[in-house]
Amino acid sequence: MPLPSYALGVMEASVYAPEVLARGLPSALPPAQPSEGRAGLAAQAAPLLSLQGIGLSFGGVVALADIDLSVLSGEIRAIIGPNGAGKSSLINVISGVYRPDRGHVLLDGIRHAHVPTQRLAHLGVARTFQNLALFKGLSVLDNVASGLAFKVRSNFAGQVLGIGRSRGEQRDTLSRADQILEFLDLSPVRDRLVGTLPYGLQKRVELARALVAEPRLLLLDEPMAGMTASEKGEMAGFVRAARDRFATTVVLIEHDVGVVMGLSDRIAVLDYGRKIADATPDEVRNDQRVIDAYLGVASDNEDGAGI
Amino acid sequence: MTAISSDFSSAPVLPKWTAPVLLLAFAYGVVPLIGSSYLFEAILLPFLALSLAGVGLNILTGYAGQVSLGSAAFMAAGAFAAYNFNLRVEGLPLIGSIVLAGLVAAAIGIVFGLPSLRLKGFYLAVSTLAAQFFVQWALTKFSWFSNDSASGVIDAPRLSIAGYALDGAVGRYLFALTIVAVLTFLAYRLVSSQTGRNFIAIRDNETAARIIGIPVLKTKLLAFAISSFIIGVAGVIWAFAYLRTVEPDGFDLDRSFQILFIIIIGGLASIRGAFFGAALIVVFPLALSRLGGFLLGDLFDSGVLDMSQRIVLGALIILFLILEPDGLVALWDRIRRRLLFAWRST
Repeated sequence: MPLPSYALGVMEASVYAPEVLARGLPSALPPAQPSEGRAGLAAQAAPLLSLQGIGLSFGGVVALADIDLSVLSGEIRAIIGPNGAGKSSLINVISGVYRPDRGHVLLDGIRHAHVPTQRLAHLGVARTFQNLALFKGLSVLDNVASGLAFKVRSNFAGQVLGIGRSRGEQRDTLSRADQILEFLDLSPVRDRLVGTLPYGLQKRVELARALVAEPRLLLLDEPMAGMTASEKGEMAGFVRAARDRFATTVVLIEHDVGVVMGLSDRIAVLDYGRKIADATPDEVRNDQRVIDAYLGVASDNEDGAGI
Repeated sequence: MTAISSDFSSAPVLPKWTAPVLLLAFAYGVVPLIGSSYLFEAILLPFLALSLAGVGLNILTGYAGQVSLGSAAFMAAGAFAAYNFNLRVEGLPLIGSIVLAGLVAAAIGIVFGLPSLRLKGFYLAVSTLAAQFFVQWALTKFSWFSNDSASGVIDAPRLSIAGYALDGAVGRYLFALTIVAVLTFLAYRLVSSQTGRNFIAIRDNETAARIIGIPVLKTKLLAFAISSFIIGVAGVIWAFAYLRTVEPDGFDLDRSFQILFIIIIGGLASIRGAFFGAALIVVFPLALSRLGGFLLGDLFDSGVLDMSQRIVLGALIILFLILEPDGLVALWDRIRRRLLFAWRST
């Protein structure tokens, strides 16, 4: 089993398609890896993100208990589980919205007891939210452009007077935002106020805002919640395309198990704040504890279709 | 604070700078020739000063979403700072003292903006009240600020730029108009820049703004600083060009509320809204007193007038909040679209 090059090189890649292709695309690999290959890989390559012994409780309620999770560079990693299993809490710990009571987060080899939210974008991490967190008073383009605000170095006086580096920055920001809009098929609504768009499109704008910074790690908190089946399929396509084009590592939470099975490389299953399984889609599908906890006890649906 | 920030956006046939440029040309070229001294003294000068204060507050409250009840304090800080710079620094040109006064107001704004890093909404509004009370108290308590004048009321210095006196009503009008035009243009540039987008982002969703890497604390303080700078300069216009006296009592809590009403009635997060709102607030009492005098004659004494003004204004604000939460700007845009549509379909 040859070691795929993406696990080593892509982390430093400056992420547009040609360079990525030259280094070997993650998606060039067969999507369903044999499980022992994956396991061997996990042991050898340093993961982009790893959680070690994360514990979090709110008052007496244990949201997360002793969670370990490792995410390799370039993979799409799903976290599933019933309502209240702690999925969103886990994303909030990774993005620094919550400070874990125990354990730490290793991001790119650097250990954080509490991930610094304000520096998150600089660390190459972007996220979306379970409930839309767009800026309603801004147009679609401006929302996406705000995803690059952390890179802006010109000050307000330069921007007001249009001098110094502000002009170039503004041009660069808008052109990159436009590229992302095109990539996600949002160009037709470029100048609409984001609050006037249908829900499915707003979700996509949020993905665009996260992607525009070309993050190395993309956290998606229920990117397909509340969507129709066809919208979900579209969104899954965009997530995969984003991973392929920008060599982004994706961690996503999703309720629709059917979509997750088709989309992810590995799946972690949470139940009552504990990790009860962590394997490839096929293994998760056949794991008795997962079936009991999440998919229902008896299955007369042998091939797993439609679950 | 869900107002919409689409300024100058609904004129599909003409470039968006047409209306402001025509208005400016009218204000510079025609108004000084036809205007009466009453028009300048009683309407246009307070209108310009309050509009500018409205623009300043709109940056803070309308765009950045930080409610402030301290506007009059920043006006006072600006007015007294300009007076003192003018008095105590030999040879400083008037423009120099105005800019320095704006910077003093900005510094005070930053100090009283610090609570915004932990407080939101009503709690922040209450903490900005502290600015209102503190500044007024300090200006009354320490007579150094008013150059030890016995009454606390001081005459503003004569306005002159490069040796050219601007004492008459028209001169003061042009002086105020120029400052307001320049600062409004800069404010317009600001709200459409990346910094302006950051303001709106923090207003609409602070957590998301922090996650995507907008420096929230810095941006909030910047909003306070810029807003206070503009409001401070508005205070200079109010005191130097309109009232021609500088006194703390002119900058009381009522004034702060007045400016807040201006941006709510005019339209939050809209530069034009400040001008619409200020026009209504300035013209409305005058129109009401004329109307009352015309309809009721001598029955309408000043006490009744004052009371009826408050009642009608209050009712108007309530009506506005219910019927047109986005303010006069939204109303204006809708009427204009209808007219344009009717004009095209004929």
